[in-house]
Amino acid sequence: MGDYVRQMPDAGAFTRRPSVWQRVHIDLPLLVLLMLLTAYGLFILYSASGQEMGAVVRQGRYFLVAYLVMLVAAQFNPTTYRRWAPLGYLVGVAALLGVMFFGVGAKGAQRWLSLGGFRFQPSEIMKLMVPLTVAWYLADRSLPPAFRYVLVALAILALPAVLILLQPDLGTALLISSSGLFVLFLAGIGWRYIIGAVVLAIASAWPAWMFVLKDYQKQRILTLLNPESDKLGAGWNIIQSKTAIGSGGWPGKGWLNGTQSQLDFLPESHTDFIIAVLAEEFGLRGVLVLLGLYLLILLRGFWIGLRAQTTFGRLAAGSLTLTFFVYIFVNMGMVAGLLPVVGVPLPLVSAGGTSVVTLMLGFGVLMAVGTEKRTVANS
Amino acid sequence: MSPVVTLKDPSREAHIFTMRTLLSMLLVVMLLGLLLARYFSLQITEYEIYRTESDRNRVQLQPLPPKRGLIYDRNGVLLADNRPSYLLSIVRERVPDLEATLAELETLLPVSENDLEKFHQRLQRRRPYEAVPLRFRLTEEERAKLAVNRYRLPGVVVDAQLLRHYPQGELFSHALGYVGRISEQELWEVDETNYRGTHHIGKIGVEKFYEDILHGQVGYQNVETNAHGRVLRVLERSDPMPGADIYLHLDSRLQQAALDALGEQRGAVVAIDTRTGGILALVSKPGFDINLFVNGISSKDYSALRDSPDLPLFNRAIQGQYPPGSTVKPIVGLAGLELGVVTAQSTIADPGWYSLPGDRHRYRDWTLKFGRGHGAAVDLHSAIEESCDVYFYDLAHKLEIDRIHDFLSPFGLGDRTGVDTTHERRGVLPSTRWKRDARAEPWYPGETLSVGIGQGYMVTTPVQLAVATSVIATRGERRIPRMLRAVDGQPQPTPDLEPVQADPANWDVVHAAMRDVVHGEKGSARAQSKDIQYTMAGKTGTAQVIGIAQGERYNADEIDERHRDHGLFIAFAPYENPTVALAVVAENGGGGSSVAAPIARQILDAYFSLFAPEVLGLVEEP
Repeated sequence: MGDYVRQMPDAGAFTRRPSVWQRVHIDLPLLVLLMLLTAYGLFILYSASGQEMGAVVRQGRYFLVAYLVMLVAAQFNPTTYRRWAPLGYLVGVAALLGVMFFGVGAKGAQRWLSLGGFRFQPSEIMKLMVPLTVAWYLADRSLPPAFRYVLVALAILALPAVLILLQPDLGTALLISSSGLFVLFLAGIGWRYIIGAVVLAIASAWPAWMFVLKDYQKQRILTLLNPESDKLGAGWNIIQSKTAIGSGGWPGKGWLNGTQSQLDFLPESHTDFIIAVLAEEFGLRGVLVLLGLYLLILLRGFWIGLRAQTTFGRLAAGSLTLTFFVYIFVNMGMVAGLLPVVGVPLPLVSAGGTSVVTLMLGFGVLMAVGTEKRTVANS
Repeated sequence: MSPVVTLKDPSREAHIFTMRTLLSMLLVVMLLGLLLARYFSLQITEYEIYRTESDRNRVQLQPLPPKRGLIYDRNGVLLADNRPSYLLSIVRERVPDLEATLAELETLLPVSENDLEKFHQRLQRRRPYEAVPLRFRLTEEERAKLAVNRYRLPGVVVDAQLLRHYPQGELFSHALGYVGRISEQELWEVDETNYRGTHHIGKIGVEKFYEDILHGQVGYQNVETNAHGRVLRVLERSDPMPGADIYLHLDSRLQQAALDALGEQRGAVVAIDTRTGGILALVSKPGFDINLFVNGISSKDYSALRDSPDLPLFNRAIQGQYPPGSTVKPIVGLAGLELGVVTAQSTIADPGWYSLPGDRHRYRDWTLKFGRGHGAAVDLHSAIEESCDVYFYDLAHKLEIDRIHDFLSPFGLGDRTGVDTTHERRGVLPSTRWKRDARAEPWYPGETLSVGIGQGYMVTTPVQLAVATSVIATRGERRIPRMLRAVDGQPQPTPDLEPVQADPANWDVVHAAMRDVVHGEKGSARAQSKDIQYTMAGKTGTAQVIGIAQGERYNADEIDERHRDHGLFIAFAPYENPTVALAVVAENGGGGSSVAAPIARQILDAYFSLFAPEVLGLVEEP
């Protein structure tokens, strides 16, 4: 009823034929923004990878696949996602359990599942499945959700989060939990829960420090607080990245002229720390352009959520958008020494295949929500 | 919250969602603002700090060690040069498994126990990012092997450096000294800035004495390096000032002749140009290959040298303290004449022994073992010519010890000559004061007699004897002996000292007597006058190593070789117009006339063939 009324002014929905973009399920502004962002990313990657064209071509191929995945994902009706999300979630949890027992990995972390020579990281797909499943679960309830539904929703997001935390992969666990929590937040969960959760989080900091966090994770937090304590060890990354960012100044040192990145002082310069390369070579100007692009993408995401036809669509679009923001904030915050170092890439800019495909899959879902046919019956 | 299942209220839900979304948007914008503020503070507010930090990161000031000055002999023969040498170093930080890398290296090239031992010692002192040398002087083949296997050996680097090399090896071991790897303590003593990048320093001898001249001035370059320390680009450069080349007075041919003349004999030879004070030859035998020390001698080689009974590391020419024996007689005689104690004509009777008034102890003359003395009327001339001990016992007794000390002292005996090399010893020229200070005992008259014949407490170094001989030869001219002749072509004058003043007639007496030591009928070295083509003056000396009890006889065959007498000989030539003064010590060689004098003759023959062939009639006089 409310939907019907709200859409009354938009009389065009009845009279005007859907545009070409609408028919091919493409949100044009979002697509343009994404393309600008990925182009900017490739530009930086060329410099960050030590001017290696191969790295750019490889990343370009990932983007190609990711855009295809996005476009395909955009073709499905949101209802389809709602229907299949729980199954995808269960498969994902099973895969995570598989990782625990049969997984392969490196540097003391088990994150991959090897299927017939193909390596696959189940935690990545969960980044999409957890918010969709929580959205699926809450969309059928009356909102704001009752306490018991909140508990169930928390259980849904906690199960994979704990499994991933055990791998151990703090960064992904954090992203997945927050994506689920965002659904709850958008669903109108009461403020007392939110305040209670914040109080609980602060209260649990000490036990978490004592019993949950592993030594290397504690080290990262200590390093954040005082990078100088271990200049050549754990503090090295953060000192070098801050130096890279700071020495860029307003105009930057120029493309391919960043001494910190080109002379190998900056570690992980083409992956997690790529923002430092951008900040060094393009200066604060370049950072502003990037933040501007991100902000526009985020606003478009929220816009799609606000205009979505269904509760599921709203919750999915809103939480995916917020998750995208968490990527940005955590990555840019850690590289600038605001947050501890966790393995979160700068979305759509850092080199890497899996994360790009997952992110674009998310944008595919967002587009599916955004281009859903506006019919009165939809509510 | 109501337990009753609430119906969905789409309008309320949409409202809740809109509110929450708007709240999210606000939060997102705020947090993005926080990020922006952080980047603003890093890039704008603290820009200068990080700009400096980033420059300090990439730009490094690297020292450029200067090239060490070369050392030549007087004729431009190279005695010390620098040769490019390749060394294999390991950067600890870049080696994943040190033991495996070392094992791998050992399959490629020989790495000795000693190399490993030194490497591990160095490794403990260096920082992990510094290159620690493992092997020096890589051959062409070894370098090629390393180049081929480089990819398998991360952290292994081959560097070129200039390394000191002594082409003459053992010939100049004691004359030159050597450089070695600089030690912590030595770094304290030098200007550390100037030695950044310098690995070697003069350790001993001329190499140490003229370290300042030879070393040069360090240069610097500002280089851009990457995080691994690899130099990518030189931004700024100030060239080092190479050390100056120095020319020594030494003549390598005369040095060789002196070494040959000594043959298998342990001992020392010092030859001085009487006109300049320049040292023409300085030999201490046995020597050793100084190249061994340049990069740290192996402990095996070192203990072999250190433990050898022949003491090859001991520089006899400036450190060996020998009783001068009868070689002091010309100076003691001159003292007698100058102080009016004797005249050229006064004589004594020599029964073969001497006793102090009121003392039954018999001080023996060396002829006593043949059962005779030097006759009933021995004057100063024959006392020097024949080396009569009794004459000098009597003269010494009359002079008394302190007058002997004061007269002999300006001749350079019993004190460092100040020769421009290191580790010179003083020797001892005794006096009552010396004995009081050194032994806390009074002087006994009998001890004066021993000093009169260069025995007892008196010990001198070969270089002191050569200097004293030069003073005699030049009739009193005193100079500090010098190794250094010129720096970068600029002649270096030898410092003059106040001359010894003596009556020319008295010099004549002493000179004539010394001439007759060689050329006289009864001269103690008359065997050396055979076939001689020039006139030389000299004095034999035989220094007792062990005391011989009263009534006992010295028999060279019965006593241990190391306890045999040292044979000494001092000489100057040509007699008419001396240009060279010489001191020879033949350690445990026996007698001065039998062993040391022939060595001196051979060296002087070489000297004249090299410096004044006309004297030998080898060339027409112009």
